[in-house]
Amino acid sequence: MFQFLIRRLLLAVVTLFLILVIVFALTRVFPSDPARQLAGPFASEERVASLTENLGLDDPLITQFGRLLWSVVTLDFGESFSQPGVRVLDLVRPALWNSAKLVGLALLLTLPISILGGIWAGYKKDTLADRSIVSFGLASASIPDFVSGVFLQFIIGVQLGWLPAISNAPDNASIFTELRYILLPALAIVFVYFGYIARITRAGAITAFESDYTRTAFMKGLSPSEVIRKHVMKNALQPTVAVTGTQMGYLFGGLVGLELVFNYPGLGGLIFRAATAPDFPLLQAGVVTVAIIFMLSTLAADLLIAWMNPRARISS
Amino acid sequence: MEESNVVQDQLESEVQEPDLVPISTAPALDRKSVRAEQRRELFRTPSFLIGLFIVLLWLACGIVPEVFARYPELDPVRVDGQVIPRAAPSADAWFGTDGTGRDVFSRVVYGADNVLINAPAAALIAVALGALLGLIMGYYRGWVDEIMSRIMEAVLSLPVILLAIMVLVVFGASRLAIILTIAGLFTPVVTRTVRAAVLTESQLDYVAAAKLRGESGLFIMLREILPNITNVLVVEFTVRVGYAIFTVATLAFLGLGADDVTVADWGTDISQSYDLVKAGQWWPSIFPALAIAILVIGVNLIADSLDKVYKG
Repeated sequence: MFQFLIRRLLLAVVTLFLILVIVFALTRVFPSDPARQLAGPFASEERVASLTENLGLDDPLITQFGRLLWSVVTLDFGESFSQPGVRVLDLVRPALWNSAKLVGLALLLTLPISILGGIWAGYKKDTLADRSIVSFGLASASIPDFVSGVFLQFIIGVQLGWLPAISNAPDNASIFTELRYILLPALAIVFVYFGYIARITRAGAITAFESDYTRTAFMKGLSPSEVIRKHVMKNALQPTVAVTGTQMGYLFGGLVGLELVFNYPGLGGLIFRAATAPDFPLLQAGVVTVAIIFMLSTLAADLLIAWMNPRARISS
Repeated sequence: MEESNVVQDQLESEVQEPDLVPISTAPALDRKSVRAEQRRELFRTPSFLIGLFIVLLWLACGIVPEVFARYPELDPVRVDGQVIPRAAPSADAWFGTDGTGRDVFSRVVYGADNVLINAPAAALIAVALGALLGLIMGYYRGWVDEIMSRIMEAVLSLPVILLAIMVLVVFGASRLAIILTIAGLFTPVVTRTVRAAVLTESQLDYVAAAKLRGESGLFIMLREILPNITNVLVVEFTVRVGYAIFTVATLAFLGLGADDVTVADWGTDISQSYDLVKAGQWWPSIFPALAIAILVIGVNLIADSLDKVYKG
């Protein structure tokens, strides 16, 4: 177990290093000059040149890459290019917190219903209930998040008027008010992920239901709910855990369109604006944050699976 | 997760005779009749037929939009010589008019071609590249495989949309850049799937037999293994088309869809009018959004039916 953990962590460090290389290479070939952007179109060449020097943009590439590595190690990315005087971390932190709230609520809603739906569909394989869950899941999971966001905003937010159509809660709002404001974008995520996770769980459940230990459990007279709780769950949920782990990067950093629809100040939108500005320190900090979240969540998923299935521990 | 299971199951359904038969006509004939049977079954599957109907309908819109559209793509609708922007759906404009008075119905029809060119082109290139890399990595293994796997893992650990944004900000959102970017970002996923399939195939006797005959690696990869993983590639292609539509539409919505924003495009049109939904003017964005949803559902119905039929 310990060896497994060390190996996984080392691999994660290698992956993170490669991500840094990719991000660094991309920011080096950006067409617009951030110094010119900062100084404004009417600034003199000398001003742009001095800014370039101040930002360290004319240092040798290896020095610049070293600086990026150092900022990851110290978790200090300096000041933002687009908002001079503001520390990058002070921009990333609130966005990360906002994304965490949205993702947390979305998972809290998605996981129970899609796991129950998936196991139910697997138990009732090839019946109408199974087919409806699978077809609905297939349809809902393939629609882009911003499209489901626009639909929900229109139907629930505008036509029915049940929830606020915009996610900006008033300042100092109570936690319940805040919850009301992020419920609609969270529901859009539920819409996308219900089908995906339910289908994965269903596949895991079918394998578990068809295995010998489940048949034995039924034959020794356990009720279906007991069989599911004691024998099916732990085995059926391994793919679900794995998939949920791999989706965290997308949930934290990839919901750019959805955040735009609801005007939600999350991490995806922050990185999008940093890329278009361009604001290199902010962009790098944002992407590194998403990469670290992805790594920690896949690691957590692997550990959870190893705990659920002793065989996974040995074979790795 | 899901993808690797798909691969495993498919391989079991289409394993060649493992005897030391040189590549004669016998297994090829066998394969042909299996293919014919699968095709017949496909056309008996309702979800496949529905998906096919949806995709063909949009293809028709993309190829001959003039037949379906009631007004030109770029000009506003004139009722009694008057332009009425943001008019609600009516007999004159079935889906209403947008901010500059253009007919939303006609814009939806004209907007089909963009996504129908970009998404399949990107998916096709990704599958071709992924098949090539997957064959090499899965057949030869070794340190090349090890290094490539690490690099692909790094790419896969960031959301596609974020990397696509970064690349397109650098190279500009031309059609070619969009297609190549999405193709490049989808290649690692395809490679992983193909590599897994090749690994399983390589352990079968027919590959060992070919090696004993002294065939070259190139021959074994292209003439022995490739024909046995075409099902994997076909399913992978249809699944990738679905995701490519997702990505193309999202990029367009973010303003990275085309150089010219007056040209009809579903994602671009939504981005120009989505904030009006809150003010009750839903038609300029809800109809193109429905168009995206319907097309994606159609493509996924096809992908799912293909997957089921190949699994047998």
